Amino acid sequence: MSLLDRVRALLGDDAVDVAATRDGVPRVAPASPDAVALLLGTARAEGWRVRIEGAASWLAADAPADLALTTRRLDKIPAIEPQDLSATAEAGIGCDLLRQQLADRGTWLALDPPGLAGRTLGSVVATATAGPLRQGFGSIRDHLLGVTFVTGDGRLVQSGGRVMKNVAGYDLTKLEAGSFGAFGVIVLVHLRLRAVPRADRTLALEGSREDLAQVTDDITAAGIQPAAHELLSPALARRERWTLAVRFAGSEALVSAEEAGLGAATGGRFTALRVDEARALWTHAAECFAARPVTFRIGGLPESSDELLDLLQHQVGDEWISASPGIGAIRWGGETTADRLRRLRRTLAGLEVPLTLERAPWPVRAAVGHFGAYREGVGPLVTGLRRTFDPGEAFVVAVEGTE
Amino acid sequence: MTTTSLVEALAGIVGARHVRTALPERWTYSRDGLPTHRHVPGVVVLPGSRDEVVAVVRLLAALGIPFVPRGAGTGLSGGALADDDAVLLVLTRLNRILKIDPQNRVAVVEPGVVNVRLSTAAAPYGLQYTPDPSSQTACTIGGNVAENAGGPHCLKYGVTANHVLALEVVLADGSVVELGSPGGEPWGPDLTGLFVGSEGNFGIATRIAVRLLPVPRAVRTLLADFPALRTAGEAVSAVIASGIVPAALEMMDQSCVQAVEDSVYAAGYPRDAAAVLLVELDGSREEAVAADADTIEGILRANGARGVVAAADAKQRERLWLGRKKAFGAMGRLSRDLVVQDAVVPRSALPDVLETIGRIASSYGLTVSNVFHAGDGNLHPNISFDGRVPGLRARVDAASGEMMAACIAAGGTITGEHGVGLDKLRYMPMIFDGDSLAAMRAVRHVFDPDERVNPGKVVPVHACREWSGVRNAEWGVLAP
Repeated sequence: MSLLDRVRALLGDDAVDVAATRDGVPRVAPASPDAVALLLGTARAEGWRVRIEGAASWLAADAPADLALTTRRLDKIPAIEPQDLSATAEAGIGCDLLRQQLADRGTWLALDPPGLAGRTLGSVVATATAGPLRQGFGSIRDHLLGVTFVTGDGRLVQSGGRVMKNVAGYDLTKLEAGSFGAFGVIVLVHLRLRAVPRADRTLALEGSREDLAQVTDDITAAGIQPAAHELLSPALARRERWTLAVRFAGSEALVSAEEAGLGAATGGRFTALRVDEARALWTHAAECFAARPVTFRIGGLPESSDELLDLLQHQVGDEWISASPGIGAIRWGGETTADRLRRLRRTLAGLEVPLTLERAPWPVRAAVGHFGAYREGVGPLVTGLRRTFDPGEAFVVAVEGTE
Repeated sequence: MTTTSLVEALAGIVGARHVRTALPERWTYSRDGLPTHRHVPGVVVLPGSRDEVVAVVRLLAALGIPFVPRGAGTGLSGGALADDDAVLLVLTRLNRILKIDPQNRVAVVEPGVVNVRLSTAAAPYGLQYTPDPSSQTACTIGGNVAENAGGPHCLKYGVTANHVLALEVVLADGSVVELGSPGGEPWGPDLTGLFVGSEGNFGIATRIAVRLLPVPRAVRTLLADFPALRTAGEAVSAVIASGIVPAALEMMDQSCVQAVEDSVYAAGYPRDAAAVLLVELDGSREEAVAADADTIEGILRANGARGVVAAADAKQRERLWLGRKKAFGAMGRLSRDLVVQDAVVPRSALPDVLETIGRIASSYGLTVSNVFHAGDGNLHPNISFDGRVPGLRARVDAASGEMMAACIAAGGTITGEHGVGLDKLRYMPMIFDGDSLAAMRAVRHVFDPDERVNPGKVVPVHACREWSGVRNAEWGVLAP
């Protein structure tokens, strides 16, 4: 019996996408977490190699595999609880649909990940790709109350729950967030929400990078607490020069006071954007990264942001950059080679700055790895965890590179 | 190796005065903050440096001896207790603040640094370490990391895990690993996040890098009193739904209020209130905090508050908080023993669950006081009792079990910040299936294949075996 016949027998005809993928790998779309578990249990027994896909709009669907497992049919939102400010959503739901349904209930997921609006929730969690709102609301893991995932040999594992605090058992949720699917397919996510902010305003300032670095220092020194505080390269902002965009979200009183504080600290140099202008700025900055073949993030200390930007400019260029100088996080997009990425990762490791490769064509991912330059003792732990959660090495994930 | 030669070998590493073997000395370490568990460790050793920790752990690894890391012993789950076949490794001598970097708002500390000391040291730079467990004047940051400790101000600022950037960890075999980076981005999967809250099962954190936050420039503290517990619970939901996130939103019931008001920590809480809410708002802008405080006051009044009082000055604010933070101590007046429970429910379930807890207490003839982090739905029903009364401990145990079951039935969990330790082991199978428990155990084996670090805590071994025996074998989890 062929692989596809086996899958049809297991999950039914409609689980198989006969149009298949561009590279000819059959695509399977299980409709429930149990079906994912059944499929992966069979994959383990049969020795199938599986790549995980969401909407395939972020990470390229190009890893060599026997079958592609897409979460597209896991697109339900079992619960939105406005009174508790929590929600439970399946991993294949598009972020745009989720956002809309949350807004209809007066709630907000304070995440603005890079990529297209329809990126799946599972993709955002598995790759831990936070956007500019990480300045005010933290990284992806800070928005997760729990996850359910399926291991490489088909076991359903739950971690966390749907309440605001939870220390029952080890925090496997944090392990899953940002592991690029190496430890399992995320099928269900419990989310921490916020009430839709009463006021949400963005102000922008153009200038040279040096000038805006000084402005950043002034903002920090003044104790201003923006939701986002992002330095955007000219191409990303579609402006002549670098742009510092500052976003405030919260009560009207809070936003007004912070706006006034920003004006006082920077001599009133910022320009308030209209709602449509602000939306266009943030959307374009997010979507641009999906159009670049390679994206990575680095995380240093706030004080080193300028030095790191210089390093990027020197080694890989600085055309597509979005940086949160207040917290030292930088996302880079563009075209580059595996060799350059390896060299850059080595240089950054010397500065105690990790580089996480977020997306790239498979040959580059396989060569460079999402992760690398581990600190002392980390490699054996990662290997041990992979063996634990994927004993048959079913998942095709470029956790580490070939070097 | 005999016990005598083990003690000599330990003394050779840390000095004889830092190895405790006499029973009265070991007895001192036989409990944590929870009075219902007592385990006397075989040997107590107090290393004074990271290198001594490594040497001790390597010695114990070579001998196959289990050990339990311990901070100040203020935990509330029996998590830092060792049996007489294990060595208790007390980390309170590793108490140096190694670095405060005000530009990058980062501090690096040893695990034995007392929580509040870090904020005191950071204060001259206008910074603070925000997680503030009620025991912060005694508990250590290493213990906070092990338990993923919370505190009143975690509602707005997050729990310990949200503030830890990097760790140096000594594993069970004495090897040293570095997790996380100074900027917080992990080197690979988020092992720092996995380690925080692992209750010592994954190793000993010997160096901890944490994020510091600016001390808020503006603060408003409100005390609201309610004629009914349910009304206070409903007011909590209304505040949360407003979109304004208070720094803290704490609740105390009448029993707790009266215990505090009868103690030296009397804070001026209204004795006749069925419940009081302590609400704190903070931020960087005076005018914004004042406006938000006015909004919250209106919400509290609209939702049944009899009165709302704002702290007039820093002194009154401190007094209001002292009453809250010392409430557990004040409850010592109610009876000889106190079990501090810890569970979390969805915030909207608070009114119903509080009533259920009251009914359970009545049915067992027990006194229960509630003081808790209402904004997070993190309950602390406290059972006061006299452990010398025959049969009473069993009633307390049974009532605790029913309270946990009620919280789980409401969609909650068995611990929000105290950890599983020994005390909550029996409840773990109520919230996790066999596969999930077996997965946790398998993860532990990656860090500690022989389960020698803090044995018998967090994951109930019997549940893995009985409920998932075949799969445990597949996971590579062997029966001990």
